[in-house]
Amino acid sequence: MKLSPDETVIWQYGFFVINATLVWTWIIIIALATAAKMITLKLKTGIHISRWQCVLEMIVTGIINQIKEVGLKNPEKYIGFLGTLFLFIVTSNLCIIFPFYEPPTSSLSTTTALAISVFIAVPFYGILEGGLGGYLKSYLKPSFIMLPFNIIGELSRTLALAVRLFGNIMSGGVIVSVLLSITPFIFPIVMNVLGLLTGVVQAYIFSILATVYIAAATTDSRKTKKVIPKKK
Amino acid sequence: MDNKTIISIVSIITAGLTITIGVIGPALGQGKAIANALTSIAQQPDAEQTITRTLFVGLAMLESLAIYCFVISMILIFANPFTK
Repeated sequence: MKLSPDETVIWQYGFFVINATLVWTWIIIIALATAAKMITLKLKTGIHISRWQCVLEMIVTGIINQIKEVGLKNPEKYIGFLGTLFLFIVTSNLCIIFPFYEPPTSSLSTTTALAISVFIAVPFYGILEGGLGGYLKSYLKPSFIMLPFNIIGELSRTLALAVRLFGNIMSGGVIVSVLLSITPFIFPIVMNVLGLLTGVVQAYIFSILATVYIAAATTDSRKTKKVIPKKK
Repeated sequence: MDNKTIISIVSIITAGLTITIGVIGPALGQGKAIANALTSIAQQPDAEQTITRTLFVGLAMLESLAIYCFVISMILIFANPFTK
């Protein structure tokens, strides 16, 4: 049984291997990029906008609202990263309705890459917000005894992000292929529908967790301004 | 019985035990979380959005524990490094 699309090799030359994960990832990237480019070519500001622009505006405002609810002050700064994460994961999870498609998120290498990009983005935004010193000081909060635990937490949550997404999507595929050998008629479709729900929820959770981590880093590393009340 | 057979038998038994024991804790935890969330939604229906979002994130955290067990049992059965 295949556990991940890494094992489907499409083209090989020496140690240079192109597997199904790479192919489907690039197809999704190209589809998303061309769709975004095509829609944003003719943006209008009037009352009568095209229907695709309406869809895009709904998606963007929805993501901005979600980021704002978590507690990040100006979401426009972060939507480039967080919105892309969400859209990529949700598209790659939802495309399982197409035949012969294998979601790239069911390969541990894709999810590890996404988790590592979150791992890099958290200190990036933290330093951007509070400076290098402010970010490094956030490891010493609430006291310096917590320093090793903060570092362990940083590493283990990256591992958890990667394994959670991989496990959920991979388990969906495995359950469907096990059911195909037992009851090949109705139940695989039902489990596939459940897989669509799980895919959307996992994409939401991946991006909301990334948002929470970035929000924690930025609020911790921001310099606490002392408010001195004016004397009369 | 050669070595490979013994390793396979142990792997299969361990895979079953892993998923059985490992699912108990997350199941109890998720049940408790959902029960508490329902109680608080009934008490404060205004805060439903915040409660639901936090509940989903928490449930995903709890579920990942069970998923770890599942991944380990899948590795033991389908991609066991010791039988290769």
